[in-house]
Amino acid sequence: MPMTLFFALLSVLMALLSAVSSWAYSRRALVEYLLNRIFAFDSSRLVKVALFLEPDYYARAMRIVPFCLLGVSGALAVLTGLLQLLGADSAAMILPFGLPGLSWHVRLDALSGFFFLVLGMPLIAVSLFGPGYVREFEHKKSLAVLGFFTGLFVAGMEMVLLADDTFFFMIAWELMSVASYFLVAFQHEQPESRRASFLYLLMAEIGALCIILGFGVLVTFAEGFSFGHIRGVALTPLWASVAFALGLAGFGMKAGLMPLHAWLPEAHPAAPSHISALMSGVMLKIAVYGFIRYSFDLLPQVYWQWGVIVMALGAVSAVLGILYALQQQQLKRLLAYSSVENIGIIFLSIGLALVFFSTGQSQSGALALLAALLHSFNHAQFKTLLFLGAGAILHQTHETSLEKMGGLIRRMPKTAALFLAGTLSIASLPPLNGFVSEWLTFQAALQANQLQSGVLRSFVPTAAAMLALTGALSAACFVKVYGIAFLGLPRSPHIAHARELTDRGMLAGLALPAALCIVVGIFPVPLIDGLRRVIENLTGAVLANITAAGWLWLTPAGAETASYSPGLVLAAFLAAGALGYVLLYRIRAVESRRAEPWDCGYGGLNAGMQYTSGAFSMPIRRIFDPVYDLRETLNQETGDSAGWRVTAIRYQFQADDKFVRFLYTPIGRSVTQSAYRLGRIQTGSIRTYLAYSFATLLFLLWVVS
Amino acid sequence: MAWLMAIGQPLLFILIAPLLTGWIKFVKCRLQNRKAPSLLQPYRDLRKLWVKETILPETASWIFSAAPVIVFAAILLAAAIVPLVAVNLPTARIADVFVMVGFFALARTFLVLAGMDIGTAFGGMGASREMTISSMAEPAMLMVVFTLAMSAQTTNLSLAMQYVLDSGLVLRPSFVFALAALMLVAIAETGRIPIDNPATHLELTMIHEAMILEYSGRSLALMEWASQIKLMLYGVLIANMFFPWHIATDFSLEALAEGLLAIVLKLAALSVLLAFSETLLAKMRIFRVQEFLSFAYLLSVLGMLSHIILEVYYG
Amino acid sequence: MVNSLSVYQQAVMLMAALITLTSFLMLGQSRLLRLVGVFAVQGLLLSASTALVAYSMALPHLYISAALSLVIKGLLIPAMLFRLIMRMNLHREMDTVEHPARVIIGGASLVVFSYYVCLPIVKLSTLITLNTISVSLAVVLLGMLLMITRRHAVAQVVGFMSIENGLFFAAVVSTLGMPMVVELGIAFDVLVAAVIFGVFFFQIRSSIDSLDVDRLSQLSEVEE
Repeated sequence: MPMTLFFALLSVLMALLSAVSSWAYSRRALVEYLLNRIFAFDSSRLVKVALFLEPDYYARAMRIVPFCLLGVSGALAVLTGLLQLLGADSAAMILPFGLPGLSWHVRLDALSGFFFLVLGMPLIAVSLFGPGYVREFEHKKSLAVLGFFTGLFVAGMEMVLLADDTFFFMIAWELMSVASYFLVAFQHEQPESRRASFLYLLMAEIGALCIILGFGVLVTFAEGFSFGHIRGVALTPLWASVAFALGLAGFGMKAGLMPLHAWLPEAHPAAPSHISALMSGVMLKIAVYGFIRYSFDLLPQVYWQWGVIVMALGAVSAVLGILYALQQQQLKRLLAYSSVENIGIIFLSIGLALVFFSTGQSQSGALALLAALLHSFNHAQFKTLLFLGAGAILHQTHETSLEKMGGLIRRMPKTAALFLAGTLSIASLPPLNGFVSEWLTFQAALQANQLQSGVLRSFVPTAAAMLALTGALSAACFVKVYGIAFLGLPRSPHIAHARELTDRGMLAGLALPAALCIVVGIFPVPLIDGLRRVIENLTGAVLANITAAGWLWLTPAGAETASYSPGLVLAAFLAAGALGYVLLYRIRAVESRRAEPWDCGYGGLNAGMQYTSGAFSMPIRRIFDPVYDLRETLNQETGDSAGWRVTAIRYQFQADDKFVRFLYTPIGRSVTQSAYRLGRIQTGSIRTYLAYSFATLLFLLWVVS
Repeated sequence: MAWLMAIGQPLLFILIAPLLTGWIKFVKCRLQNRKAPSLLQPYRDLRKLWVKETILPETASWIFSAAPVIVFAAILLAAAIVPLVAVNLPTARIADVFVMVGFFALARTFLVLAGMDIGTAFGGMGASREMTISSMAEPAMLMVVFTLAMSAQTTNLSLAMQYVLDSGLVLRPSFVFALAALMLVAIAETGRIPIDNPATHLELTMIHEAMILEYSGRSLALMEWASQIKLMLYGVLIANMFFPWHIATDFSLEALAEGLLAIVLKLAALSVLLAFSETLLAKMRIFRVQEFLSFAYLLSVLGMLSHIILEVYYG
Repeated sequence: MVNSLSVYQQAVMLMAALITLTSFLMLGQSRLLRLVGVFAVQGLLLSASTALVAYSMALPHLYISAALSLVIKGLLIPAMLFRLIMRMNLHREMDTVEHPARVIIGGASLVVFSYYVCLPIVKLSTLITLNTISVSLAVVLLGMLLMITRRHAVAQVVGFMSIENGLFFAAVVSTLGMPMVVELGIAFDVLVAAVIFGVFFFQIRSSIDSLDVDRLSQLSEVEE
């Protein structure tokens, strides 16, 4: 067995072991029995075993052990990914499980290797962050359940990446979906958690159904169930389009592509923060992987119409996602909507790649696909960081609403500094990683000049303009998040008394993705070199130019067209910053003193004077008013009977998703109604049922004859 | 020599930018029948601020102290990649026009964060407005960039200018629209009338001033300087992108002198235009700004469409 | 590419682009007086581009149509509309556009659509200015969009006139002008139309007390 595949399988095994070890948490007697049996021959060790089984010690160990195993699994995944990106061959084997004649095919190639890397990094961060974070659940909830399903969830995701036949793929996919359902439902005592998890399960299953149907179309025309059989399948354009549409619906639903995203902003905030990080950072990427695998690898041919549809859906998700995110007052819900936005950006790039590949511009297509993959990686990093950061705030202050936060930079300086890295990355500012992928997407869109069709040529820059709008709005959104949560004055007493994280592991869990955001932003070339290999392996298109100018330079379409050297930019930035610093604080520095800020003469600045989160985004709410399903109430309390002297004003708003009201609610209602109508045939009378059977019998006899 | 120019040009930006501000003020005063301050007044203001004591608000965090440096550095970096007196700028290879837009965004982000750091009402107000305006101006700017890059087949500013220079006088409809859109974006992004009034300290109309209200002394000087450089940067971008004539193409002394003279004259002319429009127009209500910017956006989209429809042929 | 054209042809292109811009400006303009002003500018641009085509193709008879459109579309009709608005005291009235963003987006996609439709014609022809034919189609479609999105009768008339502008521009750039007789006839027709509209305004104003064309449905005899 090749080394890489071995690591990958070991990684799955570790995730499963983590699940088992969590389960063992609630079975102390069993563990005791087993340990005693194992160490029965050595009495000196029995003492240690007894120590281990000491309730306090046991609890701590059992909190940590599953996360350790998850960390090992993550490290192995990273190792697998790195080896694949460095050029290891693809490896395949058949596992002796499954149905007779339909054993599980596993295969590891460059694409799945890359996604192992995408999965591994957040997983390590989460396993560092987790032990400290779950401590608050320790006496309230069953950690065994949490750890068990986390392990299964991770194993499911890794198995999806390894699957090489439709059967195994669907098993892994369902394992991932169902395990994550239990994680979303973990805090089931809250009604919104129950609602979110039900919606999530429902949509995940509809999505899975679409994928099964899509595979069904492919398998019908192919000779067998394995991906190897499907790859060579010949399809008519109609059937290919049907299969593509089903795949888009299925994977798009899991990825949270609009308008199939309704579950996402409900489910992600409902789960514990480290799970939200995994779901947003990794699970959505698994859906992206599925979509790329499905459309670039399994489908025999792509058509430009598909590309246009994917691009349009991506653009809509990106713009609307960030517009909805801007109006959220719950931090985690805001982050969830921002995930919809980032998935939109990724799908926009994928759509661009489809357009280019279908019109024969494989170079540009490869560039667009590269941008999509890189953005997947980047999003996994900064979204993990931001969700874990939100988790850290939640853990220290038990607060999720932005409206109550403020001034945390003074109470939690380390968390604030790490969160800033995530903020700047997701706002795609140079020289961090978010900017690199946005830059590459723009460069790919600029290749539209090569397209023959003028309509496509005008469509691509329009999509790029949507991307530009998204970028600017996401900067506004995350500046708001940082400015409201970390800067200014604390808006509530428990925020004012927040404490910095003391658990080193939690800080390390934040620091790892932050470091990656910076490093990948400054030295993207090694990663892009690996991605080049992934794309060559997947599509056969060789991107010769992009890293041709050396390890410091990105030249996506030749040095004449565009070039960017983040390393040198950073160096210049540091030089200019040093110049500014010297000017400001060194050369004949004048002393500074602290004084009260200007408060309009009201005598003491207080938190109520600040702009709130809702106030910050008010202009955007007005400008993009038609997008929102807006409900606002304004209550004025007046001091006198005439109503002239206003003593208090209370303004509340809720800017909801229009899709929920105009798409989901009608669908839900019509489903209920038709179910009600169908219910009428259930009369409860035995004679009616006899009549049904009789009618069916008659019908069948008629058909048979 | 090329690298010397690359270092020299940003320094030139630093040096000339206050003069440009002084010149605009001068023209505006004359247009409004007022007595103008000396052209060197902005330098005197900067010097005055430089020796003054810096007062930090009690609630300020490190973001507040770091912001002037970061803003200044980001704007300076943006200035380093825009050819001022000569094309063939080696730094234009390090960072292209998208990165320049990114630097502007970086500077803006820290400006806004600094505004929100103190916890005053004005800081948040300016921050909210600045982000709203920029979130509509930046896409228009990028569309302009797209139109230019599609014509010139490059996003490298130096090469793009070279392309325009080489093709001589060509009336491109797309460029006309792009020019108009860029001018509107420049007005919005540099906070001039009718979007924002740089001279105002009227509490409810401020945008840029509201964010830097708590700065004083040297930090304020650095912030002001950065915004002066930004103004000049937009001027240079408009002048050299659309009218690059007489910019130096080699590094001989005559060529450089000619280039310097040319850009000074072009900037002077643009400033007169700006002063005229500032004299004629009144500041808009904040919610009318979106109409202004969507017009800029419309222009940039039309520029892109007319490039595709009118300027590309099938032989 | 555009570099290979002569300066006059480039100028015609530019005019075409500016005419599209005026159509968009009309689409987004809610004040009636400014609407008429923009319409006058469109007429002037039209006349200028006709003169340019006349010069670059050396077709003297086009000078006459240039002069005609200058006088009728650039001056006469706008002046009439202007007087009408003043007399009927409409100059403060706003004909607000509902959902301006959607209308403008719709307009932009109409431009792309007309380009798509005209592509086969452009590919077949050798005439270099023919690229502008999609622009003239776009002007026609934008004029229709203007008529659809507006309530006010004056705005509708302006939309109608700008449709005619688009057709005229198409004639100039694609077939180098129509026969003189036809052109004179059309110019006269437009003028007559403008006069009739003027009368018509007074009529509907006196019968429904408004120039809001949605109110015309009041005249229907069908009970709602």
